[in-house]
Amino acid sequence: MTGDQRSLALLLFGVFVAATLGITTWAGRRRHRSPEEFYAGGRLFSPMENGFAIAGDYLSAASFLGVSGLIALFGYDGVLYCVGFFVAWLVVLLLVAELVRNCGRFTLADVPAARMRERPVRIAAGVSSVTVCVLYLVAQMVGAGSLVALLIGETGGRARAWTVIGVGTLMVVFVALGGMRATTWIQIVKAVLLMGGAIALTTLVLIRFRGDLDALLGTAARNSGHGVDFLAPGLTYGGGWTARLDFMSLGLALVLGTAGLPHILSRFYTVPTARAARRSVIWSIGLIGGFYLMTIVLGFGAAAVLGTDAVRASHAAGNTAVPLLALDLGGGAGSTGGTVLFAVVAAIAFATILAVVAGITLASSASVAHDLYGALSRRAGRTPRGEVVVARIAAVGIGAAAIGLGLLADDLNVAFLVGLAFAAAASANLPVLLYSLFWRRFTARGAVWSVYGGLLPAVVLVVLSPVVSGGPDAIFSGVDFHLFPLQNPGLVSVPLGFLAGWLGTVTSPAPADVPGHAAKHAETEVRALTGAGAA
Amino acid sequence: MNMYNARDRGAARVEDPWYDTLASGSGEPDDTDSGTRRAGLPAAREVYTEVHGSAAFQEVRRRYRRFVFPAAAAFLLWYLAYVVAATTAPGLMARPVVGTLNVAMVAGLGQFATTFLLTWAYARHARLRRDRVALELRWVTQEMMRGRGR
Repeated sequence: MTGDQRSLALLLFGVFVAATLGITTWAGRRRHRSPEEFYAGGRLFSPMENGFAIAGDYLSAASFLGVSGLIALFGYDGVLYCVGFFVAWLVVLLLVAELVRNCGRFTLADVPAARMRERPVRIAAGVSSVTVCVLYLVAQMVGAGSLVALLIGETGGRARAWTVIGVGTLMVVFVALGGMRATTWIQIVKAVLLMGGAIALTTLVLIRFRGDLDALLGTAARNSGHGVDFLAPGLTYGGGWTARLDFMSLGLALVLGTAGLPHILSRFYTVPTARAARRSVIWSIGLIGGFYLMTIVLGFGAAAVLGTDAVRASHAAGNTAVPLLALDLGGGAGSTGGTVLFAVVAAIAFATILAVVAGITLASSASVAHDLYGALSRRAGRTPRGEVVVARIAAVGIGAAAIGLGLLADDLNVAFLVGLAFAAAASANLPVLLYSLFWRRFTARGAVWSVYGGLLPAVVLVVLSPVVSGGPDAIFSGVDFHLFPLQNPGLVSVPLGFLAGWLGTVTSPAPADVPGHAAKHAETEVRALTGAGAA
Repeated sequence: MNMYNARDRGAARVEDPWYDTLASGSGEPDDTDSGTRRAGLPAAREVYTEVHGSAAFQEVRRRYRRFVFPAAAAFLLWYLAYVVAATTAPGLMARPVVGTLNVAMVAGLGQFATTFLLTWAYARHARLRRDRVALELRWVTQEMMRGRGR
């Protein structure tokens, strides 16, 4: 990055930060300190606003830069990611969004807790929510550090460390002062910027190839050095059976994990009704689908315009494919257009990271305050206002922890953390949600078992996987205790989560012997499908 | 919108399922503490059980499940088939269809198309076949609750 690009990118990013701080001040001025306001932004967002905010929460820099980079390097194998990330939204739309909106109040744990009304259930769901959030958060923080270092061109550890600290501090300010209202508006602004940037670049790519997608793909295949193989799967996952199973595992985690991500689920509480929740998911499906289709064009476009070798030379994982493509589309290095476009893309990437980390921090602070503190505190006379204070403190604590972990995990390959977060969400959160909503016999023991029975295998299998030990790229490359061959635990841990929930339920006393079991189930179903008594 | 809220507040006073989990933080096992707080609860429970057994509710439930279970099974199978084919049968996926388009591209775009299509179909089904009855049931339930709760 040249000096001009850097100062322009920093200027644009500064504008974004100023605007978001303005939003935070404005949102913080409304002196409602109720949980309703802090966790759910007052529940009065429109479906369209919430749809944009959901897209803003979901589309991380990993999608914008990472997936398009994967396509530029490995061709079709990157497209598999896009499909997995996108199809996952059908699970959210059909099985989760409306029912969660009706049955819950602020967090994911509200849904099973409303039916079971037992503390261990809430604690289990709270623990897994916080775990998933922290995994995702650290991945985003480390990603932020390396991305900024990459874009600004300062490869030294100092720029990276200061970026992590800066991003962490900003997100704590947004969340602790502005709550859900500020976070939502930041997501909306970011989603608009991200979609705008993607549309502009896609249009430029299509203009370059005169709208001929066939020519685009043909050129991409030629310039990739792989020929037609570039347009078919197998360049990365075509190796042995381990590689194939690994991708299937990731695919399963992607498609089932989205519906268990706490920061996505808490977005449904910001709209007034289940119908509004459904319509916001429909908006977000339109936005996210459009975005991933554009990502595919940008990825192949980068391969066609720049060539795969040039992309790899700039960054081994391809993260700079889109910024470099922007530079070329704008007129090449040194031109005004190229400088502006590159800076805009860099600023959008910063904004993306900032918005995503704010969303996750809010969700995890809600889980800490509402689920864990709420269930564990022995102090009598807790008030909803007190809970909000705890949530704000939790946001500061989680922000500090994320900064610390982000600095420690500096050089790690973080792709696996995102995969792990999705796998943990799919194996610990989704089974308990689906069972609570759809299974009459489901019991409190089943709920607790399904959470821990999915979460523990997911975490343990990752510790025993080749990403932690054994290989040259592993975290501890010196020792070898990898007993599990796959990098992603989903293929094993997701079925285990469902199995544990089933096992815990069938070993509980028969529901006929438990007073009120049928009534609680009837209540859950009536509330879920009609919205009676919804918050 | 305001109407919703006004009505909800009334209902929430009678029966707030999250409240006792919150209040149970005071340390005692749930029953002693929240038992008094839930004085109105048996009535609410009766209401929910009654509504749950009503023909109108069973119809809404049946319509919802009849749509989402087959639809979810179908798209999950279609997605898994796609992932398995992409990882185990790259030869098949590489077969050209038209120009540079091969089976893999068509299948990938097909995933996008079916997702959009199913989203549309689900929204339409919910709007035409479920929303009205569900909303009526909501008011009925809350009216019944108000009638018995105090």
